[in-house]
Amino acid sequence: MAALIEIERLTKRFSGFTAVDDVSFTVDRGEVLGFLGPNGAGKSTTMRMLAGFMPPSAGTARICGADVVDQPVAAKRNLGFLPEGAPTYPEMSVTGFLAFTGRIRGFRGSELADRVAHAMALTQLEGVRLQPIETLSKGFKRRVGLAQALLHDPPVLVLDEPTDGLDPNQKHEVRELIRRMAPEKAIVISTHILEEVGAVCTRAIIIARGRVVVDAAPTVLEQSGRTLEEVFRGLTLGEAA
Amino acid sequence: MAPALIVARRELAGYFATPVAYVFIVIFLVLAGALTFTLGNFFGRGQADLIPFFSFVPWLFLFLVPALTMRLWAEERRLGTIELLLTLPLPQWQAVAGKFLAAWAFCGIALALTFPLWITVNVLGAPDNGVILSGYVGCLLVAGAYLALGAAVSALTKNQVVAFVLAVALCFVFAAAGSPVVTEFLDTRIPQLAEIARAVSVADRFGGFTRGVISARDILFFASFMGFFLFVNAVVLDHRKAD
Ligand SMILES: Nc1ncnc2c1ncn2[C@@H]1O[C@H](COP(=O)(O)OP(=O)(O)OP(=O)(O)O)[C@@H](O)[C@H]1O
Ligand SMILES: [Mg+2]
Repeated sequence: MAALIEIERLTKRFSGFTAVDDVSFTVDRGEVLGFLGPNGAGKSTTMRMLAGFMPPSAGTARICGADVVDQPVAAKRNLGFLPEGAPTYPEMSVTGFLAFTGRIRGFRGSELADRVAHAMALTQLEGVRLQPIETLSKGFKRRVGLAQALLHDPPVLVLDEPTDGLDPNQKHEVRELIRRMAPEKAIVISTHILEEVGAVCTRAIIIARGRVVVDAAPTVLEQSGRTLEEVFRGLTLGEAA
Repeated sequence: MAPALIVARRELAGYFATPVAYVFIVIFLVLAGALTFTLGNFFGRGQADLIPFFSFVPWLFLFLVPALTMRLWAEERRLGTIELLLTLPLPQWQAVAGKFLAAWAFCGIALALTFPLWITVNVLGAPDNGVILSGYVGCLLVAGAYLALGAAVSALTKNQVVAFVLAVALCFVFAAAGSPVVTEFLDTRIPQLAEIARAVSVADRFGGFTRGVISARDILFFASFMGFFLFVNAVVLDHRKAD
């Protein structure tokens, strides 16, 4: 069976420059891919194309076999996506917002209520369930975005900096959550926290200036006696120079 | 429920969660009332109908509807929620339709809140309520036409001021196209254009409704006007959503 996420020669050009350049990889069930790279490397752009938001300039992306450009709805049904910055509708309450995304995903009645409650339990949002999202702190807002991505228990998760702005306890919780879900799903997370990669990822891709420079297990990267940070600096500073 | 209706429901609740709804409704009611009673000479005419009111509504909508539509897509872009909305499993046109329906329903609510005028004419005289109803239908269709146009413009630009000015200007073109100033000018120079101007004039079509004439051709005109600009909206959104 084909991998849950298949990216082939994905390229995105913005007037004149290439933000994502010929990126290919696949992610299978059970894999957690850490997507690393300096600011502006093209991580979010790749994820936006994978989520079917940004049309690629060239190349294809498939989720569970469905092409994100040709069969967008089928692809998105199997996807939980946390966009960069975890955008949410500020005037809505936490439950209101989660119920909205749940309804669009086709849940009704008691199943909808169960899904919303379960997603809030996973991200520890019960204490603020009726609060308008705009009055929440940054970390809670991010957890609302995360809850939205987990609500329908999708086979594919694409999370753009899921732990950014979370306190150490919450970071730990989210990593535990990802580890627990990992066996049944294909997960891509982008992050700037390198120890997170060692902690939850089965594989790491480092991209610099839109190109994949490394695709290997974190343990393999660290084998040569260097820390992940040294590897990262060596690869990305060299590229930028 | 269709995804478009779920989106519409969320949007409509969003209007009332912010001051937008209340400011819009209050301004609309105050202006509609003031114009009807002063310029429209509501009492002095000695006629039990809502003609003075209906003659001002399209002009009020000319400014108020673009104020509503300018933020339609710009706000989603500013908050980044466009990325969330358009990565949910719904066809893009359903998101477009949902936003339009919410704004249209909202205009319907604002129109419905002018019911005291209707009560007044019924207390003071014996108006033809069928004609009044058809006038209201006409108002709603004008609002829908302006909304569809304004929404398409707002998908085009991130800048809310640009969206507002452009939408007012374009709505004005369709409002004024059939006015004597325009058509007489065109008649003397380019008669074919004068025909087209009359055919696309929102104000001319609306005139029929205020006289109680609901013709299939006028309904078809408004339906295709809205359909066309909603289609433009979907196409433009598809091209510019990620810019
Ligand atoms: N809509 C756009 N128009 C033009 N350029 C863009 C657009 N979106 C992104 N870019 C450019 O593409 C490049 C990659 O951006 P991207 O957001 O993917 O980086 P990133 O790897 O996610 O960085 P960060 O770690 O800061 O989140 C950047 O140089 C950015 O300026
Ligand atoms: Mg990013």
